[in-house]
Amino acid sequence: MNKKRSRLNNFYLFCYIGLLPTVLLYVIFRIIPIVDTFRLSFYSWSVLGVGNRFIGLQNYFKLFQDKLFITALVNTTLFAVFVVFFSVVISLALAIMLNNKRMERFSPIYELVYFLPVVTPMVPVAVMWKWIYDPQYGLLNYFLSFFGISPKAWLVYPDLALYAIVIMSVWKIIGYYLMIFLVGLKNISKEYYEAALIDGAVGWQVFRYITLPLLRPIVLYVLVIATIQSYNVFTQVYVMTSDVQGAPGRLVRVLVYDIYENGFRYFKMGYASAEAVILLLIVLTLTIFEFKAMGRED
Amino acid sequence: MQSVRRENLKVVIMHIILILGGISMILPFVWMFVTSIKPATEVLSWPPSFIPKSPTLDNYRAVLQEAPFGRYFLNTLLISTISALSILFTSSLSGFIFAKYKFPGRNVLFLVLLTTAMIPLECYMISLYLLINRFGWINTYQGVVAPILVMAFGVFFMRQNILSIPNELLDAARIDGCSEWRIYTTVILPLSRSALGALAIFAYMQAWAFFIWPLIVINDRNLYTMELGLTMFQKRFTVDYGLISAGSMIAVLPILVIFLILRRNIIEGITLTGLKG
Repeated sequence: MNKKRSRLNNFYLFCYIGLLPTVLLYVIFRIIPIVDTFRLSFYSWSVLGVGNRFIGLQNYFKLFQDKLFITALVNTTLFAVFVVFFSVVISLALAIMLNNKRMERFSPIYELVYFLPVVTPMVPVAVMWKWIYDPQYGLLNYFLSFFGISPKAWLVYPDLALYAIVIMSVWKIIGYYLMIFLVGLKNISKEYYEAALIDGAVGWQVFRYITLPLLRPIVLYVLVIATIQSYNVFTQVYVMTSDVQGAPGRLVRVLVYDIYENGFRYFKMGYASAEAVILLLIVLTLTIFEFKAMGRED
Repeated sequence: MQSVRRENLKVVIMHIILILGGISMILPFVWMFVTSIKPATEVLSWPPSFIPKSPTLDNYRAVLQEAPFGRYFLNTLLISTISALSILFTSSLSGFIFAKYKFPGRNVLFLVLLTTAMIPLECYMISLYLLINRFGWINTYQGVVAPILVMAFGVFFMRQNILSIPNELLDAARIDGCSEWRIYTTVILPLSRSALGALAIFAYMQAWAFFIWPLIVINDRNLYTMELGLTMFQKRFTVDYGLISAGSMIAVLPILVIFLILRRNIIEGITLTGLKG
């Protein structure tokens, strides 16, 4: 009895000591900052620590009168809607093509090619695309000239630049979603398709009534990560549109950029934290909404 | 007969679509390479040409003179290696414990992990910055690496994998007198080798692409990562595309080489780690 007892204590000891590094690192560098972000958002706060004081909800009230913040919110939402929609639709279509049994032989080479932008880090990719979008010597304007489309200053006007960055971001990520969808499609048992064929289902019907329902958890997963990622867009915007020479008007303002600027250029840490809280709440709400919407059907 | 022909037509059309898509995936890389070996006069010639008339390595020489990309590379390698090792260790050990042990507080801990796993760094980077600042870790390696030492997804992923290891194996080891720690090192780790490989690839990729955090905590040029170094480089030479392309090539090349060598492992590693976790 006693021996068993000490064995159990040993188990517990191992568990707690084994979890200690993970829990410590996680709490210090993640949980505490997350909680602290909420606290800071109620303060007027700077790094220097001068004049830090509690101001209640004032940061939030100010935010919704802040034109730059509203612009950032709108831009980020537009960006997210376009990127999520196009990347999911395109990669799902490509995955269905690759899943065709007559494509099996060629699939690995296509996978390799489409995955290339996924493994490449964002900065060189953004630099590459900035050159492609160049208004005077860019490759894109050159190709478009064949179709009689006049050259466009892609990254100069914020409206156009937003879509230029959408295209580039979709290009970068479809290989990843394509692979996830492909794994999901391969896991769908062949019997379902055979049964559908016997029932006389064709093309679109097979997709609508067999593939899509069985793929739903995967689609949900991709939707959730795509939403989170696109709401946090920063690197490509920073590299492609925030030039030293660029006038501030040239910038495509997105939420994370606004947080970055308020927090680390103007040192309004409390204000920027309030923005971060809003970003967090948006992402959280959308995630829950996506879970609800995808979980309920049928 | 007709349905066979229709099926063939379908396959051809699919190939055409996939090839066009594939070209658009590769073309920017080719264009970057071509630009990087063109002399300055040719870079800005119209119409753009994919075959340089007088190819040169001058841009590469100039880049390496202007910015210590070798140093950036080593910085990135160091940071991503520390991150990957730490993630592998913490994920496998706590994944093992969550998969195979029952202890008071387990569910609470797991729930906390699960609910906060999705929160991206961008949402708490300001408080984290203040914390790192208080530690005096601004402009240090430990400051950069701090937020990527553990990965909640890594814990889920390892737990999923270790769940499939039969309990009988652990019991047999216990009867042989193995301590729990010995079971971890001699049974669990060897049996999780492929999962650990996948997780390592995922961790390396995450650290390599790390951008906003180094941008905030590092302003000492000697500590720049590859991503940060290239960004600052392109801000300095904003219109000199030959030079910038050469810089980008230097940043991309090591990754492309490793990707082509380990292609299957990398594609599966990155896809499955996210999916199973």
